[in-house]
Amino acid sequence: MKIVVCIKQVPSTEARVQMDPIKGTLIREGVESVVNPFDEYAIEEGIRLKERYGGEVTVISMGPPQAREALKTALAMGADKAVLLSDRAFAGSDTLATAYTLSLGIKKLGDIDIVICGKQATDGDTAQVGPGLAQRLNLRQITYVSKIREINLKNRKITAERLIESGTQVVSTALPALITVVKDINQPRIPNIFSIKKATRAEIPVWGMQDLGGDPKDFGFDGSPTQVVRIFTPPPRQGGEIIQGEVPEAVAKLIEALTSRNIINL
Amino acid sequence: MNFDITEEQQMIKNMVAEFAEKEIAPFAAENDLEEKFPWDIVKKMGELGIFGTVIPEEYGGGGFDYIAHAMVAEELGRVDSSVRGIYSVQVSLVALTVLKWGNEEQKKKYVPRLASGEILGCFGLTEPNSGSDAVSMQATAVEDGDSYIINGNKMWITNGGVADIALIFAKTDKNAGARGITAFIVDTKTPGFSTRDIHQKLGLRSSNTAELIMTDVRVPKENVLGEVGKGFKVAMSALDFGRYTVAAGCVGLAQGCYDVAKKYALERVQFGKPIAGHQLIQEMFADMIVDIEAGRLLVYRVGHLKNKGVPNTREVCVAKLFCSEMVNRVAYKALQVFGGYGFSGEFPIERYYRDARINTLYEGTSQIQKLIIANKDLGISAF
Repeated sequence: MKIVVCIKQVPSTEARVQMDPIKGTLIREGVESVVNPFDEYAIEEGIRLKERYGGEVTVISMGPPQAREALKTALAMGADKAVLLSDRAFAGSDTLATAYTLSLGIKKLGDIDIVICGKQATDGDTAQVGPGLAQRLNLRQITYVSKIREINLKNRKITAERLIESGTQVVSTALPALITVVKDINQPRIPNIFSIKKATRAEIPVWGMQDLGGDPKDFGFDGSPTQVVRIFTPPPRQGGEIIQGEVPEAVAKLIEALTSRNIINL
Repeated sequence: MNFDITEEQQMIKNMVAEFAEKEIAPFAAENDLEEKFPWDIVKKMGELGIFGTVIPEEYGGGGFDYIAHAMVAEELGRVDSSVRGIYSVQVSLVALTVLKWGNEEQKKKYVPRLASGEILGCFGLTEPNSGSDAVSMQATAVEDGDSYIINGNKMWITNGGVADIALIFAKTDKNAGARGITAFIVDTKTPGFSTRDIHQKLGLRSSNTAELIMTDVRVPKENVLGEVGKGFKVAMSALDFGRYTVAAGCVGLAQGCYDVAKKYALERVQFGKPIAGHQLIQEMFADMIVDIEAGRLLVYRVGHLKNKGVPNTREVCVAKLFCSEMVNRVAYKALQVFGGYGFSGEFPIERYYRDARINTLYEGTSQIQKLIIANKDLGISAF
C-alpha cells in the first residue's frame, strides 16, 4: 500500500506568536516550529496503516528549507521517505496554490493508494488544502476522519468514520482516496532512538518548481487569488464604566447613558 | 567553537522531553509519596531505547554522542530525579563501565541487555564504613578454583534492590591498598547475595536504594571486570561517567525548579501585580538563569571532551561540583518564590527541593570533588 502524508511546519502552539503589523504576516523569527499537531495524527495513522496492511509511507511538505525538521520528525516516528517541496517561487501561496504544488509533488511520486492530511493547520486554520488537493488529484475524499474501520485492498475500498456536528457518519469510498483526520483518530507515538538515528541519516530530496513541472503562473503569489490584506490582533477590551451611588440615582444615570448612545429610547 | 546543538541532539532532547512530560511527570508525585519504584516507566524507557542512547549501535544502542546522553539525563531530571538516577546508574556507572573495561564476551553478554532495559544494573562501591575513603573498603574476594568468593556489604546502592547485575568492588589483596581492589560483574541471583531496601530517604524516594549483603557469593573468574588488582581504576573511571550524568541531571532539575517558579511568579498577584514584576523576585530569577546556564555549559564542555575521547576527570569534577551546589541554590530560590505554597506538597517544587539535596553527597561529596580538582592542578594529593 502506498501511503502519502502531507504535513506542514507551524509555529509551536506554546510559543507566543506575534504579528508584523506592517507586513501583515506572522513573525516567525525566534519562534519554535513544530509539526502541525493535526498532521501528527496523520503521520501516526499513515504508519499504523503501514503496520496493518504493509506498504510504505512517504511524507511530503511544502515550505521553507527549515520545514525539513518537520519531515525529520515524521521519519523519526516511522515514515519511510520524505520529500520537501521548496522554492522561492512557492512563496506567498494561498490554499489554492499550495494544493496545486502538493498535487504535482504527489503525482511525481507515482501511483498512490491513500493521501492523509491533518484536518487543518493551526496557523492558517483554513482546512482547505486537504479537500483542494483531493480535487487537484481527482481523488475521492473523506474529511474529518476519526477512525478508519477498514481498508480492503482487494476491492480497493476504504470505510471510515467521520465526525460531523450531530455525531458520527460512516462512509465508504473507492481507493485511491484522500482523507483528513481529527485528533480522535489515534495517539501519536513517541519516536524511539533507533528511528531517530535513521531519520538523522535520511536524505530528504528537495523539489523545486523546475522539478515539478506545471505552469509558473499557478505557483506561489501569482497562483494565489486570495491575498491577506491585513492581519491584526484585536485591541484588548477596555474596562467599562461602573455607575456607583444609590440605586435611584444610579438607575437614572444608566438610563441617561443608554439613551444618549441610542441603545434604548424610553 | 561551536555552541549549536546538532540535529540529532535536538531530536533526542525533544523525544525525551516529550516522554518525560507524558509518561513520567504525571506519576512522579505519587511514586515519590508511596516510595514506588517506577517499573512501568523503566519498561517504556527500555522499549524506546532511551537507556541505549549513548551505547554504540554494535552493542544495541543508538550510537548518539555524550552531549545527547547529557540531554537525556537533563530531560529526565527536569521532571523526576528518581528516574534520572535510575538512568545514570544503569547507563553511566554500569553499561559504559562494562563497555570500557569488559572483554568482548562480557560486552556482548551485558551491554545490549542493559541498553534495552531487559536487565538493570547497580554499582557497589560504597560500604557502611567506607565512603569518601573508598580504598578502606572491607569487602573481600578470595580466589577458590575457577571462582572468587565474595564477602562484604555495600551501602546506599541505587537500583540495589531491583538490579539483575551488580558491579562489585572487593579486595583481592588486603595489603595492596588501591592496587588490591578488583571489580566483578555479579549476578544478583547468586546464592548468598541479598539486599535490604532503604526507606524514608529525604529525596529520590521512588528510586530504589538498598544495602547489598554478600555472604560467600561465588563468582566465576570470567566475571572479573578489567584486570585483577585494577578495580580502583575501574571505579574511578566509572565515576567519571556517573558524575557526568549527575551534573546533567542537576541542570535538568534546576531547569525544572526554574520553570515551575516562573509559571507561579507570573500568575501569583501581590501588591496589585504578578510577583514576577517585583524587583527582589527578579533578582532571584536572574541568579537562577545565570546559575543554570553556567552549569549547562560546564556539562556540555565535558560532553565535548568525552566525544573526543580525551581525559576529563578534572572537568567532570568541576561540572559535578558546580552543578550539584548550583541546583541546591536554585531549588532554594525557586521554593522561596512560592512562599508558603512551596512548603506544601501542592506544587512539585517541594519534591524538587528534597531531590536536589542528594547531589552534593553521592558519587563523591562536594568536598571530595574539590580535593580532586585541586590535586589535578597542584599535583599534591590531600588524601
